[in-house]
Amino acid sequence: MGRNAMQPDNKLPVDKSALHVISLVSIGAHPTSGRPRRAEQDARAVELGLQIAGDNLHVLHAGSAEEPALRAYLGMGLKELHVLEQPKDADALPGLADYIRESGVQLVLAGTQAETGEGSGMLPYLLAEKLGWPLVVGMAEVESMNNGTAQVLQALPRGQRRRLKVRLPFLATVDNAAPKPRQSAFGPAQRGTLDVEQIEVVIDELFTAAELTPAKPRPKRLKVIKAKSGADRMKAATAKASGGGGQVLKGVTAQEGAAAILKLLVEEGVVR
Amino acid sequence: MSDIIRRDPRAEWIARNRLHPLHAAMQPVQTSWMGPNGVMRKNVHGIGFIGPNGIKRIDRSGVQQGRTVKRSASVEVQLPLHRVAAPAFYIAVVPDMVGGRLSSHDRDLLGLAHGLAGQDGAVLAIVFGEHKETAFDTAGVDRLLVMEGIEFAGYCPEQRVQGLRAVDNQFDPRHWLLPDSRSGGGELGRRFAASIGERPATRVWQVKDEQATGRAGAGLEDLARPVSRLILPTAECAEPVSETRHEALLVELSTAIARSLPRIEDLGAVAVDPALIPMAEAEFVFSGGNGVKDWALFHRTAAALGATEGASRVAVDDGFMTRDRQVGASGTWVTARVYVAVGISGAIQHLQGIGACDKVVAINLDPTCDMIKRADLSVIGESAAILDALIEAVESYRNGAKRDAA
Ligand SMILES: Cc1cc2nc3c(=O)[nH]c(=O)nc-3n(C[C@H](O)[C@H](O)[C@H](O)COP(=O)(O)OP(=O)(O)OC[C@H]3O[C@@H](n4cnc5c(N)ncnc54)[C@H](O)[C@@H]3O)c2cc1C
Repeated sequence: MGRNAMQPDNKLPVDKSALHVISLVSIGAHPTSGRPRRAEQDARAVELGLQIAGDNLHVLHAGSAEEPALRAYLGMGLKELHVLEQPKDADALPGLADYIRESGVQLVLAGTQAETGEGSGMLPYLLAEKLGWPLVVGMAEVESMNNGTAQVLQALPRGQRRRLKVRLPFLATVDNAAPKPRQSAFGPAQRGTLDVEQIEVVIDELFTAAELTPAKPRPKRLKVIKAKSGADRMKAATAKASGGGGQVLKGVTAQEGAAAILKLLVEEGVVR
Repeated sequence: MSDIIRRDPRAEWIARNRLHPLHAAMQPVQTSWMGPNGVMRKNVHGIGFIGPNGIKRIDRSGVQQGRTVKRSASVEVQLPLHRVAAPAFYIAVVPDMVGGRLSSHDRDLLGLAHGLAGQDGAVLAIVFGEHKETAFDTAGVDRLLVMEGIEFAGYCPEQRVQGLRAVDNQFDPRHWLLPDSRSGGGELGRRFAASIGERPATRVWQVKDEQATGRAGAGLEDLARPVSRLILPTAECAEPVSETRHEALLVELSTAIARSLPRIEDLGAVAVDPALIPMAEAEFVFSGGNGVKDWALFHRTAAALGATEGASRVAVDDGFMTRDRQVGASGTWVTARVYVAVGISGAIQHLQGIGACDKVVAINLDPTCDMIKRADLSVIGESAAILDALIEAVESYRNGAKRDAA
């Protein structure tokens, strides 16, 4: 896809005051082939944005507008995608912060971690710090938004959820607990327009000191047995049910037993 | 006296060989025997032992019976104490403390911190809220700072960042280490990094020769860079401390922590349908085996406790539970923090599947079965009666909690 497929749309300046939600997107990489694609979590951010704001969703990318994989987001049913044009090693932060501050949105969505480059996951945190906005990490769902606050569900490990009340405007990252992204269709992907804006370039100095290398497989941790004598080593190698130090309640009534079990469950915080 | 049983094959051989000149000396001393006329005879010279000053001693208290010393099954080895009297610098670690205890990820971090601290530095662990950990000393904590108070209760990342900033001002640690985990450390570390304007090295799996190596992008690449001040290491970044004991001295903040106006309010955990949580991920698994006779009661108990259901192979084979609920070698390996086994004998194939569980509770009729040996708490009794009592106890607990809140 060349320049002709892209239609820089500079005639109609977007009415930024009418915006409600911005989703930030980046270029992903396929986990095995490494080919450019839409980033998985960013696609979820777009999906969540579409569900919240519908046509009022604004999708923003800082980077090269030439990347064909960018059109995969347009294929999710977007009319246009806004690109802040900058080279690969530039720092996306200043441009994004300026753009968001001017746009007057209430909610900015981003993926947790980029699939290419450093992928430190720091961008949303730095952006929130720079804008002075609260940040919700791992948002799964927006339950309601009114009176300058939003009630959202945050995804926790082990499938748990936590309800949070957060002041608007705020920034949120999404991970794999967010809704699954819709498929990208080829036709809309070609028809959608890319709105390219040139911004000042700030070079990120990280890669002058560090370099990316193909990931080394990590060694498996071995079970090291620090035994002083052969008898100890034999015991460690043949040990079956470890412990034996547990508390055994024998000859108690069912009620006493149940009370002891419940006490442990409450102490561990699994029964609330 | 050492616990190691030492055999002396030569002495044993002499004791067996009646022709050996030392044979008589190697016989066990007989202190009393039946004489030829049916009278008990005693050899008063054979009893007692030679004391430290060379004087014969006879102990009639009954403590010294025979030569056998009661050997305890295992002795607690006292590890050498690593003491840092005046720390030249600090390495700060903020453990996740999932469930109030150090996780294995936390221990790996403390191991890494101990390596970075060397002989002169001290490892400073910062713990928020209440904890149940008792082994900070053997995990490698030289100084411990506990931040308590209602402002640190619940989910309060912004307030915690304020706490860490106060620590940063007072102790000025050479390095900050937070686990790059989903259970809090990854988030807190990044918030703190953004707050103090420090670029962290993330997903670090090795720190060696002043270089920190971490995964980058989607995990297909590595990024090596000079060790940064703030490090977010992954699990197994280093070996945990195992050869030293540490002081774990309590330290305190000299300044008050700034109160940040909470912009994010924690409205509490949301009840999630436990049946929808994948069993491998579930935090609390309630598992039934061949000892469960009333399966309707079992399901009701699981629902009352809000636990994810599991089963042993026998329960699955008998058709009481579906195959995807089987825990064990040929089923699912669960990682629950709390695992309750009802009427499960604890066959090795089943125990393998719960190897990663933290607390195991067993309800069983048989006090000798292997599940009891694995369990932290076992109740011996008829499962149906205990499950009934458990439902009752949970309901009265919940009602009581509601009344307290009202
Ligand atoms: C190749 C292979 C793979 C296997 N893989 C698995 C696996 O993945 N998972 C698995 O679980 N098993 C597996 N097994 C089967 C395993 O060896 C055991 O047979 C099985 O785990 C036993 O299940 P159980 O403990 O429920 O039953 P049992 O061994 O019959 O134990 C029942 C227990 O319930 C107690 N009990 C009885 N009545 C009551 C009562 N009224 N109240 C309270 N307690 C009572 C008994 O005291 C006993 O301890 C495998 C076996 C093989 C050969």
